[in-house]
Amino acid sequence: MGRLSGTADSVGLVEPRLARYDQPLTLQCRETLPGFELVYETYGELNAARSNAVLVCHALSGDHHAAGYHAPEDRKPGWWDACIGPGKPIDTRKFFVVSSNNLGGCNGTTGPASIDPQTGELWGERFPAVTVKDWVRTQALLADTLGIERFAAVIGGSLGGMQALQWAIDFPERIAHAVAIAAAPKLSAQNIAFNEIARQAILSDPDFLDGRYFEAETKPRKGLMLARMVGHVTYLSDDGMGVKFGRELKSGDIRSAQDVQFQVESYLHYQGTSFSERFDANTYLLMTRALDYFDPALEYGGDLVAALRRAKARFLVLSFSSDWRFSPERSNEIVDALVEARKDVASAVIEAPHGHDSFLLPNERYFDVLGGYMDAVAERCAGPSP
Amino acid sequence: MRQDLAIIAALINPGARVLDLGCGDGELLRHLTAHKAVNGYGIEKGAAEISACVRAGVNVIEHDLDHGLARFPDDSFDMVVMTETLQAVAEPSKLLDEMLRIGEECVVTFPNFGHWRCRLQLATRGRMPVANHLPHQWYDTPNIHLCTFHDFERLVAAKGLPIIERSMVDTAYDATRFVKRLPNLLGALAFYRLGRVGSA
Repeated sequence: MGRLSGTADSVGLVEPRLARYDQPLTLQCRETLPGFELVYETYGELNAARSNAVLVCHALSGDHHAAGYHAPEDRKPGWWDACIGPGKPIDTRKFFVVSSNNLGGCNGTTGPASIDPQTGELWGERFPAVTVKDWVRTQALLADTLGIERFAAVIGGSLGGMQALQWAIDFPERIAHAVAIAAAPKLSAQNIAFNEIARQAILSDPDFLDGRYFEAETKPRKGLMLARMVGHVTYLSDDGMGVKFGRELKSGDIRSAQDVQFQVESYLHYQGTSFSERFDANTYLLMTRALDYFDPALEYGGDLVAALRRAKARFLVLSFSSDWRFSPERSNEIVDALVEARKDVASAVIEAPHGHDSFLLPNERYFDVLGGYMDAVAERCAGPSP
Repeated sequence: MRQDLAIIAALINPGARVLDLGCGDGELLRHLTAHKAVNGYGIEKGAAEISACVRAGVNVIEHDLDHGLARFPDDSFDMVVMTETLQAVAEPSKLLDEMLRIGEECVVTFPNFGHWRCRLQLATRGRMPVANHLPHQWYDTPNIHLCTFHDFERLVAAKGLPIIERSMVDTAYDATRFVKRLPNLLGALAFYRLGRVGSA
């Protein structure tokens, strides 16, 4: 049971912790939360110089549980367990890894499923809009709580990569390296369109009840399931789905043209259903809007180069060949802006068949580049003190 | 430090903004960053080379030169360097134009197909030359656009590009007086520092 003791390549059993903030927080949307809680996990040990902390930012449907197991009987480890652990690219023997659930989330951090202390009722659909900037600001508060003045690296994939970029721009003194994987400097019309389809699926579910489904003790399962199915297809690639499912049948016989279910249908139903059980619809709406609104250049006259000029971090930008949701071209926009802003940057386009989801999956070259970069980060920031 | 890289380093101004096309494991950029305080970036398509750059802290951009350099704006670099890569790209003439669009100057190095060993092999044995500075067989060579020094200078003249500096060396990277006297016959490798049309 190496996975539980943390002796093999797993961080083993981990326990979420809660950081509580009683001061009011005014969000980018100008609404004020009277206070909030962030749930987070940490892996590895903070060194004496407090210089080896790494923040891992989660994507749309992720949470603070990035690595290890909550209980011995857990079927699956955290969402980025492939990448975080002893001897893994983000090596917990070298780094103190912090992973928090974003504000507005549904896994312990204050969000629509929390109680609004001002009214004593669930926030529900009244929870204010949150942005990547808000998340970064609350993560900086968490860093204060943990006594981390400067992160050796802030790392994330997809929406998490966008947080890494925002970190470099908003807190240039507090981040030494930013790692943006399968990200984009802002969403395209097509990206926003897919998010809107997902939102409409939720909003049009009769059980959504204008977001007040908690009170009726129900939830818009059908809508969430559809939202996830649409999202999921955009995270995979045509080739990847072809290899995984092809035209395999789960049941029926096409020749009789009756009662046919393709494997891919069954898979999507399963993914959608399990997602609708574990995720909150109001959070999904918030998170997809945060994605749509992300545009760090906006504060700088729409000039991404000007935005990135503020940064003092070194950057690593990774993308995947078959990712069409946030394609390599979108990552290259980030790289080119960094070059123009005279920032240190390394970039690689990883050949991988799994579309956008590739950032979550083990891949030899991906882990070689990321691990190699993190080794260099460790040498610069977290190495043994002289 | 490889001797060819030392020769190139001598052609680059301190503090320059440098783009290295086909930067390999980043040895030149590392040297230039450490000794000339350049703001340097490398372009590379090889996975092993990119990994080496990442580990060494060299700025590297994964990009295939055969896809052009359109992603880089005009005048974005002081110096664009390409070492022994010109002969391996799909459109060397176009790439040369691109290098001088994005960079004020460029440094190009390439092997000489007019070297006496090449000439001898073709003349006496009737076979594609294989030499120290051109080690591949015809069927597995990445060098699809080989040229002689004369050929290159004709192209440069046709484009009207001023040659700011040039040096030819033998296979030991020495610019002997023999090489100086008969570069196109005795030189193995050439280093050209070129400027833009009308800049000289």
